[in-house]
Amino acid sequence: MRDLRRGYGAAPWHLLLLLGCFAVAGWIALRLAGEASAPRMLLWFLGAVVAHDLVLFPLYAVADRGLRAVTADRVLVNHLRVPALGAGLLFLVYLPGVLGLGDGTYVAATGLTPRVLVGRWLAVSAGLFAVSAAGYALRRRRR
Amino acid sequence: MSPHPPPTGSDERATAGPAYGFPTGLWRGLERRRPPGVDAVAAAWRSPVRGPWLTSVLGAALLVALPLVVVTGLLDWIAYGPRLGQAFPRDVGWLHPPVFDWPTRPAWLFRVTQGLHVTLGIVLVPVVLAKLWSVVPKLFDWPPARSPAQVLERLSLLLLVGGILFQTATGLLNIQYAYLFGFDFYTAHWYGGWIFTVALVSHVAIKLPRMVTALRGPGFARTPVAATTPEPPDRDGLVARRPGPATVSRRGVLALTGGGALLLAALTVGQSVDALRRTALLLPRGRRPGPGPNGFPVNRTVSAAGVAPADTGAGWRLTVRGADRTVALDRAALLALPQHTARLPIACVEGWSTEQTWTGVRLRDLAALVGPSDPATARVRSLERAGLFNQAVLHAGQVGDGDALLALRVNGVDLAPDHGFPARIIVPALPGVHCTKWVREITFGGRGDA
Repeated sequence: MRDLRRGYGAAPWHLLLLLGCFAVAGWIALRLAGEASAPRMLLWFLGAVVAHDLVLFPLYAVADRGLRAVTADRVLVNHLRVPALGAGLLFLVYLPGVLGLGDGTYVAATGLTPRVLVGRWLAVSAGLFAVSAAGYALRRRRR
Repeated sequence: MSPHPPPTGSDERATAGPAYGFPTGLWRGLERRRPPGVDAVAAAWRSPVRGPWLTSVLGAALLVALPLVVVTGLLDWIAYGPRLGQAFPRDVGWLHPPVFDWPTRPAWLFRVTQGLHVTLGIVLVPVVLAKLWSVVPKLFDWPPARSPAQVLERLSLLLLVGGILFQTATGLLNIQYAYLFGFDFYTAHWYGGWIFTVALVSHVAIKLPRMVTALRGPGFARTPVAATTPEPPDRDGLVARRPGPATVSRRGVLALTGGGALLLAALTVGQSVDALRRTALLLPRGRRPGPGPNGFPVNRTVSAAGVAPADTGAGWRLTVRGADRTVALDRAALLALPQHTARLPIACVEGWSTEQTWTGVRLRDLAALVGPSDPATARVRSLERAGLFNQAVLHAGQVGDGDALLALRVNGVDLAPDHGFPARIIVPALPGVHCTKWVREITFGGRGDA
């Protein structure tokens, strides 16, 4: 038992737990393997990880480095960071609406044609920046 | 959980030198052979707030909220009626929750469960992103593993992270009718959900003791940015080796995450609350299709359903079949039957809902015209020829509910064509897609108590 623990690198229940997890995932993979769209599902599953870890994260990390290279004022940095993150979050979550994506299903389901809501998104984002700027101005005045 | 004493994780090195699993030579060699760039990346993590405490607080929030999303998702599948062969995906093998007949009371049940599933799924996006940010240095760790246990655990993390991102992406696209992915949503979201769930259970079982330890230790909820310093080096390597000065406190990160969640909540709840409808600024269900009593959101238009005006005109007849006889009723005959009015929500699988006042004939009164008034099932067929939801089966409890109607009018006027004129089904707590529109035939079968 001790050899297993040392060789494996964790307690036996750790191995059993993860084998159980992979058994379910493997069963699902086998079940879906027959579907014509299975490769697309796999692509989206792995693509989502790549899109987050290797695209989205580096993108916002680099943007933040850039911001901090421009100004060393910590308060100013945060007053820019917060609305920028808010705007980015809204863009990410409501992307189809903002860009007016949505195919025939949109029309069929709602009876409305998709509208490009980029104006609304810009307005909300501008609002976030304005509130943040007002907060910054107040802080400066108090100091 | 395990009877073994902690430490419970796969990474047992603590502060002593790294321990290698089998085969030792492989892991040691891997550690020595450092690809170009890994040292630069390891040194590049500068945030002093990353560490066990922040990750654990975010993890605890997700540990409370994500099971709610999972359970309400499974309830949605049950609400579709797997016993009646109506749940999607249909054939799921042994991998499903216990099945039961979806109740009709409280009438807001599906509105709440599905609204919670979708709204919470959206609101948790910033929490998930913050949690991933807090642990992202681990992704670039070298060596990637020091034992078979770590290899397996990292693979399970691929399922965990892939699972939550896949579920979020497919869910968000589905509720906004942007089917960019090109596969069946039901199948993908169902199995994606299971993969995520098993990976989450594994992750929680492995990491829970770590989380509890970190949360029991010194807290940082009151530490201002000026006093924010890194935690001591941890065995998971979350704490930066070369931290920079703090630009934000840990509570600042949490406030920012919570603020993002609140912002999303504020822009999402409008799709489920009629009075706030317009506040869902960026969602399809924040739009009102028009003014007047019929100006509430539509699910599937009459033209998309291919139902022609000629089909629903004066020649329209409702065929009601039962154990004893079959009758055909025109709209005047239906309006001459006892009318019942009920204020009921209609809630969609996409999370939006609306409450309206419906008037029509009780389903059990219709059943009584052709046989026993407590039938075991009712199969409702629409004039719609194609389409996944051109028919639906209701169980005894749904047919027998006093507010279960074949609605002819809504808010005091005739149903609009898009809302199912000449007649539609409305049943308390029934998923919207089963509230069949443009009904042409109802077949009652069996007896309820049989």
